[in-house]
Amino acid sequence: MKAMDRMLPGQAASGPRACALTPSAQPSAKPAGPPVAQAKLANGLEIVVIADHRAPVVTHMVWYRNGSADDPLGKSGIAHFLEHLMFKGTKANPQGKFSELIADVGGQENAFTSNDYTAYFQRVAKDHLRVCMEYEADRMTNLVLSDEVVAPERDVVLEERRMRTDSDPSDQLNEAVQAALFTQHPYGRPIIGWNHEIEGLDRNDALAYYHRFYTPENAILVIAGDVDAAAVIELAGEIYGAIPARGEAPKRSRPREPEPRAHRLVTLADEKVEQPSHQSVFLAPSYRTAEPGEAEALEVLAHLLGGGPTSLLFKTLVMNDKIAVGAGAHYQGASVDDTRFYVFAVPAPGVSLERLDAAIGEIIAGVAAHGVDEADFKRAKTRLVADAIYAQDNQATLARWYGASLAVGLSIEDVAHWPERIEAVTADDVKRAARWLDKRRSVTGFLLPAEPSARTPPAQDAADAIIAC
Amino acid sequence: MTALASTQSPSRAAAVQKIVSPGGIEAWLVEDYAVPIVALEFAFKGGASQDPIGKPGVATLLAGMLDEGAGPYDAEAFHRALDEDAIELSFSADRDLVSGRMQTLARNIARAFELLQLAVGKARLDSEPFERVIGQISASLKREVNDPDHVAARTFRSVAYANHPYGLPVRGDLATLPTLTRANLTDMRARVFARDTLKIAAVGAIDAATLAARLDDVFGALPAKSDLDPIAPIAFSGEGARHVVRIDVPQSAIRFGRQGIARADPDIIPAIVVNHVLGGGVFSARLFREVREKRGLAYSVWSHLTTFDHAAMLSGGTSTKNERAAESMAVIEGEIASLSESGPTEEELDKAKKYLIGSYALRFDTSTKIVAQLVHLQTEGYGVDYLDERNRLIAAVTMDDAKRAARRIFGDGKLLVAVAGRPEGM
Repeated sequence: MKAMDRMLPGQAASGPRACALTPSAQPSAKPAGPPVAQAKLANGLEIVVIADHRAPVVTHMVWYRNGSADDPLGKSGIAHFLEHLMFKGTKANPQGKFSELIADVGGQENAFTSNDYTAYFQRVAKDHLRVCMEYEADRMTNLVLSDEVVAPERDVVLEERRMRTDSDPSDQLNEAVQAALFTQHPYGRPIIGWNHEIEGLDRNDALAYYHRFYTPENAILVIAGDVDAAAVIELAGEIYGAIPARGEAPKRSRPREPEPRAHRLVTLADEKVEQPSHQSVFLAPSYRTAEPGEAEALEVLAHLLGGGPTSLLFKTLVMNDKIAVGAGAHYQGASVDDTRFYVFAVPAPGVSLERLDAAIGEIIAGVAAHGVDEADFKRAKTRLVADAIYAQDNQATLARWYGASLAVGLSIEDVAHWPERIEAVTADDVKRAARWLDKRRSVTGFLLPAEPSARTPPAQDAADAIIAC
Repeated sequence: MTALASTQSPSRAAAVQKIVSPGGIEAWLVEDYAVPIVALEFAFKGGASQDPIGKPGVATLLAGMLDEGAGPYDAEAFHRALDEDAIELSFSADRDLVSGRMQTLARNIARAFELLQLAVGKARLDSEPFERVIGQISASLKREVNDPDHVAARTFRSVAYANHPYGLPVRGDLATLPTLTRANLTDMRARVFARDTLKIAAVGAIDAATLAARLDDVFGALPAKSDLDPIAPIAFSGEGARHVVRIDVPQSAIRFGRQGIARADPDIIPAIVVNHVLGGGVFSARLFREVREKRGLAYSVWSHLTTFDHAAMLSGGTSTKNERAAESMAVIEGEIASLSESGPTEEELDKAKKYLIGSYALRFDTSTKIVAQLVHLQTEGYGVDYLDERNRLIAAVTMDDAKRAARRIFGDGKLLVAVAGRPEGM
């Protein structure tokens, strides 16, 4: 760990300016939407500033380009565990000091971990931006961990897992479906980690991971709110710029998922389940890995298929055939590697999941063979483009959108011009994109009530995940 | 919006225009053209507490049916019309209110209000969506049947407000949902949708004159007076009792609570401050520190003061592994007893006040959050000036106030506790 003695809060201004802003902050060319400025410090830290002058509030986020998919083998959950431990303080800011300071000014703070990134944020009145920067810069390199704080926090994470997953059969099925879809790539491991691996994580694991990934080259600073871009970039240069460069960004090293060839069915039957449900998850390219325009076509396809009550799945399964009470689709496009396209439905009483599955298969095959209705297609695009306008009402949403996009390797321009690229999608593109929804590329998950005779007493055994081909 | 979200104090109230339409409909408006959208929210008094006896869920079902076909449009055509212009419309019911929300791009304002008018005044309540929406609500209830947190919450509510509408499930229950009829909905609509209890707020790219005219279109034809069943005030019951529902899971979901303080009570503000010390949403709250940070007993632990129109409660919750559930409850009870006896420390009081004052601005930084706040203030009976008054009231809370409020809300420390799981030693 490199010493960062110049980074004590309040002293940062006197530290040497290690920053050179490259290139000079220019709002990116964008037809509509908020002005967005971008810069990069000499130590590699990327900066994005999104102006929103409607309220004197600022959202300050630091994103690291590492998430659960970068957990070392056998150490699943370390990205998320470290996210918890990042609140344990530094020498200059012992545990609780910063949180109290943020609470004193009525600010909010938190953090989250995903497959591809980990992010920390504060939302405060704009006058308090500096102290947020000083703290995030401090804990980027100066985290102090003792066994005394690590052990109870590991218990907290285990309770978090018990709450989200171990008490919830549907989440246990989700885990099993992901694990079946990704036979090789780490997206198949849960973000929070497997129980037995979390139990083994300790202070050394956390610090080793921290030193590898928490560097300025690996970080993106996103600031949205009532700020002047040039002034904020200058302030960031003063504070974050004082962090010594490590040389280069850590490399993500992930085995690629092989081309899937066999459909897999994962079934979980549990006595706690009263409402069965169906999901199919297809391996599909992401905005990062897709050919130009293809991810956008998948986005439109997801909306057409399952974006609300006018979508094809809902109209067919719920309104016309009445074999489902709910249905939808979702494309998880913002991923570093090949990603997931979800289709899901909840059967009407008495309808088997097999029958529902067959009906879903027919709808998808219909789109792949005959394309989509022109009016539906137009409506889907209108809706998606409008979402980008609605997002401007919420600076925190914008900050997350830009931050997540950059963290998975997209550019500011990719985000800014997304509405135009959606506009450019043709009906033929959507029809072609449906080829990704080939059953052989997918895992289907069935959540079912347990047969009374099959009930097993201990909670852990009650959830019986079976993988069948 | 700038003044509304201001952190230190030019007047928030000054940003709000109180408008009255030619037809006498009142609304609070914040005009703002920075983003080309308009957000609108409104609420009628009523809600699930008006559900007919033996038929919980009518208000929720009515809310769920309002965008399922109206005027010339059947359900599919109505949804398509909304989608074509990317207009968002949604309705919901809680215990005391039926609420609606609309969001539209500025260029589609006329169409958005036209569709809203149809939903509010001419929802068809056709039989196709009726059966379907009941099916959707049933499915969501089935999903929660054995979910520990929902089981604990259901048990808690039914004991705390036994034999009162507040003790019944807002979305209905699986046994009686199939008995709900279209006549239940039309009757509820006729009694609840009226101008006398209507509260409205709008934010965004719309001027007062345009808004006023649209409001007359949407709400002008409603009856002047609502016809609500009187709801009896109800005290919290079950303090000191423990109810355990056995579910086969490794973690116990816990709800706890006791009588709270009415929103009109002069001690409500000090009580809010004291509750924040106990279990407010910050990392320095006592419950967070003692239950999570020091002992690793839970991921989430919270407490909240809730005021309904006819009841008030202090409630909280956490989830702890079965082996340590009793320990968690002992820690929580210890903190409540200590606050009741000694009140907060000077430092805790000071910090709680600072947080509550400073964080108020974050409730006003998006259009949808602002309309929600402005409708909330109106339904709770506050005037526009409360936007400025609220932080002054918090700043004025003294240690005496805090100790008095702590004694009132925590009292003898007896709690109703509802647990779902296999807690050991409980």
